[in-house]
Amino acid sequence: MTPVLDVRGLAYAYPDGHQALFGVDLHVHQGERVALLGPNGAGKTTLVLHLNGILTAGAGSVAVSGLPVEKANLAEIRRRVGVVFQDPDDQLFMGTVRADVGFGPANLGIKGDELDARVMRALERVGMEEYVDRPPHHLSFGQRRRVAVATVLAMEPEILVLDEPSSNLDPASRRELADILRSLDVTVLMVTHDLPYALELCPRSVILSGGTVVADGSTYDVLTDDALMKEHRLELPFGFDPRTMARPHD
Amino acid sequence: MGAGHGHTLHYHGHSPVHRFPAHLKILALLAFMIVVVATPRDWYAAFVVYLLAITSVIGVSRVPPTYLLKRTVVEVPFLLFAVLLPFVATGPRTEVLGVSVSQHGLEAGIALLVKGTLGVLASLTLAATTEPQDLLLGLERLRLPQQLVQIMSFMVRYLDVVTDEMRRMKVARESRGFTARNPRHWPVLARSAGALFIRSYERGERVHLAMLSRGYTGKMPR
Repeated sequence: MTPVLDVRGLAYAYPDGHQALFGVDLHVHQGERVALLGPNGAGKTTLVLHLNGILTAGAGSVAVSGLPVEKANLAEIRRRVGVVFQDPDDQLFMGTVRADVGFGPANLGIKGDELDARVMRALERVGMEEYVDRPPHHLSFGQRRRVAVATVLAMEPEILVLDEPSSNLDPASRRELADILRSLDVTVLMVTHDLPYALELCPRSVILSGGTVVADGSTYDVLTDDALMKEHRLELPFGFDPRTMARPHD
Repeated sequence: MGAGHGHTLHYHGHSPVHRFPAHLKILALLAFMIVVVATPRDWYAAFVVYLLAITSVIGVSRVPPTYLLKRTVVEVPFLLFAVLLPFVATGPRTEVLGVSVSQHGLEAGIALLVKGTLGVLASLTLAATTEPQDLLLGLERLRLPQQLVQIMSFMVRYLDVVTDEMRRMKVARESRGFTARNPRHWPVLARSAGALFIRSYERGERVHLAMLSRGYTGKMPR
């Protein structure tokens, strides 16, 4: 079966010469939820920006459901890969929630009733339908993060890429977002430092460190491999030990 | 000057003035201003009519007059200028409360005061009865170029974000014992302004990335 995300030997150096990725291999299959872990500066964001063609591979290749990420395919690639950025104030730039959620589908050429239906469907999936005519800056931070997820759901992506989805959320909003992500029937790649969140939501984890994939396995196994964790500056929060809880069934 | 603080100027309501189409309100405001400015300054009766017209619109809109009056403070710098005029203008002199002032200056000052106040009141009424979003749609319907409307809508969207950043920087400065008391402290304020500019610029870049990620190709979808 063709993987939803097929990254092969991806290397990239920024124009200033700083090399961020040194041959990354990553496959994500349909319906999987995968956590992308790694210390600051490991190249996680750089990798994410390759997935929808904002950055172009220096070497290697990226393909989404068999379609290579190339200039000619960018419109379709950006429909297939929905990236939710970390700061919802960057993601929500229109005057109303409706215009914002409609921005992506409208760029795909969808208009009128169908556009409206898409917007409402996306907002229902994150439980924000009653805020459709509000300006984004009048919403709470947690609500803005949920609308940010809706903005890409409206494009009916094949894979949802989330950059630090739980950052700056209070515990209740964090749990609400987890419930939403679990309820979505979509492939997810989630960049995060929040290891308990990764364990809760993603059966599989990948560690990116120094620009390469250094581990790829079940989240439980990755988080309980002390030597591996220590080597890549990953630490569990105080008092949290996956071994003390029932092993999640993958 | 109203657009800058759109939402704090807006007074929620459902009066006929609130419901009146935004683009017609903008045209009405423009026409009113042109007529007020073009009226010769000694047609006192005309100004009374204008004032009655604007107050009756305010009455229908049910926006509390004190709400609008408090916001007319934006006019103060112009008032200072109007007050100065009788003293600095030349020409025939006249006595007011025992002080010799210029006749022309006095008339010009009063005219500036009257016309300015009418204009500010009318603009505030538009701002109070129209949501910023509707104002933008109105401008769009009046065929203002897309780019200008887009720039204004980004301004409305990010005004809060940027003011909040500015407030946080101020809190951070003051938490470390800094308050701007005299001109020697201005370089610090200037550097803060520079930092704010760079932060906003970087945010602009991140917003652009987010737009590209959702299929933006240089034209706003319609």
